[in-house]
This record gives sequence, structure tokens and C-alpha cells, in this order.
Amino acid sequence: MKIGIVCPYSWDVPGGVQFHIRDLAEHLIGLGHTVSVLAPADDETPLPPYVVSAGRAVPVPYNGSVARLNFGFLSAARVRRWLHDGTFDVIHIHEPTSPSLGLLACWSAQGPIVATFHTSNPRSRAMIAAYPILQPALEKISARIAVSEYARRTLVEHLGGDAVVIPNGVDVGFFAKAEPKAEWQGQTLGFIGRIDEPRKGLPVLMKALPAILAAHPEARLLVAGRGDEEEAVASLPKELRERVEFLGMVSDEDKARLLRSVDVYVAPNTGGESFGIILVEALSAGAPVLASDLDAFAQVLDQGAAGDLFANEDADALAAAAIRLLGDPERRAGLRERGEAHVRRFDWATVGADILAVYETVTDGAASVAEDERSGLRARFGLARD
Amino acid sequence: MTVTLFVWIVVALIAIGVYLSWTAGRLDRLHSRIDAARAALDAQLLRRASVTQELATSGVLDPAASIVLYEAAHAARQAEEDHREVAESELSTALRAVFGEPAQVEAVKEVPGGEDAATELAAAVRRVPMARRFHNDSVRAARALRRHRTVRLFRLAGHAPFPLAFEMDDAPPVALADRPGT
Repeated sequence: MKIGIVCPYSWDVPGGVQFHIRDLAEHLIGLGHTVSVLAPADDETPLPPYVVSAGRAVPVPYNGSVARLNFGFLSAARVRRWLHDGTFDVIHIHEPTSPSLGLLACWSAQGPIVATFHTSNPRSRAMIAAYPILQPALEKISARIAVSEYARRTLVEHLGGDAVVIPNGVDVGFFAKAEPKAEWQGQTLGFIGRIDEPRKGLPVLMKALPAILAAHPEARLLVAGRGDEEEAVASLPKELRERVEFLGMVSDEDKARLLRSVDVYVAPNTGGESFGIILVEALSAGAPVLASDLDAFAQVLDQGAAGDLFANEDADALAAAAIRLLGDPERRAGLRERGEAHVRRFDWATVGADILAVYETVTDGAASVAEDERSGLRARFGLARD
Repeated sequence: MTVTLFVWIVVALIAIGVYLSWTAGRLDRLHSRIDAARAALDAQLLRRASVTQELATSGVLDPAASIVLYEAAHAARQAEEDHREVAESELSTALRAVFGEPAQVEAVKEVPGGEDAATELAAAVRRVPMARRFHNDSVRAARALRRHRTVRLFRLAGHAPFPLAFEMDDAPPVALADRPGT
């Protein structure tokens, strides 16, 4: 099958959607399909052979943060050329509502279009205003995929219609086979994420840390991620600061080894998560998970069966749960076992098969993807004048 | 003065014409989307019924389960258009009754050729809800546009019948589709 995938965000900036698309493309290529990914990228960035650059993304303030987006005449022309050259059986657009390549591709294509909705943002005013413009483009999508039940709910509320839920995929084997590192073992808590991004919840964990260290003095916290390290520990008493170890940005291999090594992986995120891929990675690596009870997290953790949940933003609850877990090896072993069984449904083998099933459902008997001919409009108009 | 007025009227008429033509094009595209989605749904339903019938006649299952499945699959395949939703829902119920227990699925997998049959059936029961969601999603989009005042006033939908959703119970047996959501 010839598959075109549209990535809305810059290929050179790491992010959940980009990783998802990379893994999906590589999985599909591995199965023998022809895949082309259209993504914004700087011209000098080295790209994998299956990625086609749609030009440089422009940073603009959007939806409360600075997003790097592609729009305008030039990008639209590149999208058209890609569609024309690709002759795809199906195109798969990610984040079709963000004002970037996804929306442009939706505009200029016709035929079988699959779209994945990753975020579950509350409805923004811009979206309400743009609804009449968005609707004709979104109408072309033959199949919608939401990454979680939560994302599906917001999608149904905001745009109407329905979607199938297919979670994000993880290479479970990669995490399960990683070698634990001795220096990261022994009463360790792990945290992975941007340090200076409050939504990732490190401040909540820092607030809970004194109580955890009081109960388990030999415990340590390992933090992997970008950000200001001094500022992160500023709220801690001086003598406790050495119990926090910063690893900076880590490679994929080190991330897997870290998750294999820690006794408890803590995800104190306070919001803005629609899926929680890091939890799936932690479960794949066999790390007992302690996460805030966000909708998306509760779903990934099977409502608490595959990992412990604590009340969101409640540092005391986090401390109590962490102390209990650190002191109870049996409970950790139980979580590990249930997590490993539960995580199989997120493996690329399962997720990839589901996504292919969607492709096959929409391409059954349909023509292949083509440019949406604007000349068709002229022809109709010509007829009207006759 | 009259010339400019005339020009303006012509411009306005052309603009209205373009808008109407564009809306009719949108509607046309939505209708063909429904047709494609409906064809895909039919194909998936038929596939599910065939796989079920094959399993029922293969002797892999006990006689009672075989008869129940055969009966339901046969009824689903032969159903008239207006009984289709009921017959397909009954097939879902029958499948859930037979494959409710993981042990039953394991038993099927153990016999020669059973592994393939179980995989095919799992794929079929997974794809029916998918195809149905895509179909009903396109129906909803078309209905939303057809309720629009302009579309009704200018009869842009022509003689196309008002699209209807396909309502049925398509919940797969738990033992066959162990996934979160859907």
C-alpha cells in the first residue's frame, strides 16, 4: 500500500507526535509498505529517506504557547506537489485541526483520508471562530482516530461525529530488553520530562520529596530532562538537595535503561496530557508506575490496576503512595507483572495492525488520493451557465 | 449610476452562484463518502458472517455452539435491508455468548487451522465497529450540512435520500478483542 503521512510539527524538534509518526512510518516500511512523510523541516537538517520536507516552520504564538507551524502559499504548493508526486492509496493526517500542514493537506486532497487527533485541548475561541472554515476541510476525512478515550470524548464534543480509539504505539521489546544500570538502582524514584514545564509536575514531586526522604532516608530521585536544575531544587532544604540527581537530556537507550533501573517511576503531571506515552514506556520497561489521576493516565494504567494513582497536584498523597511503594517490594513485583501483561496492547504489532485495518477499511473500493481539483469548480460553474 | 448598480448586482449573483456551486460540491463529496463507507461496512459485516459460518461448520466447536453461530450468521447474511441491523446485532450477541470465555478461544486455537480462524474472526469483529463508526460519522456530517437553510431552500441535495445511520450492537467478545476503548 502507498501511504502518505502528514506531520504538522517540525521534524527537527523532538516531540510526542513526531516520534509517533517516525515509529509508525518505520513499522509500516518494515511490513513492506511504501511510506512518505511530509513534515516541516529546515533545509539543512538531515532527514530519513522517507521524509519529504515541506519547508521551514514559522514560530507563531498559538494556543497559549509558541508553536512552529507551516502555512501560506508556498507550503500549500509543496503539499500539492507532494500529493501529486506520491499517488498515495491513503493519506494519514496528524492533528488536522492545527493551522499547519495537516489542515493544508486536508484542503488540497481528495480520496481516502485518515486523521489522528492527538491533543485534547479544551475548545479554544479560535476554533469556534474558525469552525465554518474548518468544517469543509474536516468533512473530507473518511476515518478519524483518537489516541485515547479521553481524546475521543473531546473530539466528539468539539467537532461532532465519532472516532475509533487506537492508542499510541510503543516498541515494548526495546524497553523490556534494556540493561539496568547498577548506579541507578536501589531505592530510586525516576522522573522524565521537561524540568521547567510546570505541567510536567516536577514541583509537586519536589514538595513531596522531604516526606519521602524522611521515611526512606536512602531513597534518591533521578531526573532526566532539560531545564534549570538549580531552580528545580530551590524549594528543597539544602541537605536534601544531594538526594536529587540530574541526568540532563538522555538518549533513547539511556531512557530505557533508566526506566529498567528505577524502583518507582513517578509521573506527577498536572494536566495537558491526552495519552501518556511515557507511562507505557515505563510499563514496558517493567517499572512500577505512580501517576497523577488524570483521565488519560487512569486509562493507560487500567484505572489503577497496572499502576498506582494519586490525587492530582496533591503532594501529600504522592508522598504517601511513594512511601508505601518503596517499602513494599511485593506490591512492586505485582505491579510489574500486571504492567507487563497490560502493556502488550500498546505494542506496535497490535497498534500497527489496527491502523492498517483502518487504512484497509477506507481504501476498500475507493479511488486513490488525488489533488482536489479546483478546476472542477470551474466546470460546475460552466455547466451552471449553460 | 444604473451601470454601477447593475455591475454590483451581477457580482453579487456570481458570488451567490459560486457559493451554491461550492456547497453542492461539498454535499456531493459527502454523499460519495457515505456510499464508500457503506460499501466498506457491508464488506466487513459480510466478512464477519462468513468467518463465523466457516468456524461453525468446521467442527472445531461443540455442536450446540456451532448451531447457534451458524443460525445467527446465516440470518445476518440473508437478512432483508430493514432487518439487517437486528440480525447483525443478534450475530454479535451470539459471538459474545460463544466466545465470552478466553478458554473457548484457546480451545479453538489448539485444533489444526484453528489459530488462523481465531485470528480472522478477531480481525473481523474488530473491523465491524470501526467501519460502522466511519459510516455513521459521514452520515452525521452529511445530515449536518443538509439541515442547512441554503441547502434546503435551493434543494442542493437533489433527489439523494436522507442519509440514515446504521445502528447495531457491535461490541466484540472480550476474549477476542482485548483492547482498551472501542
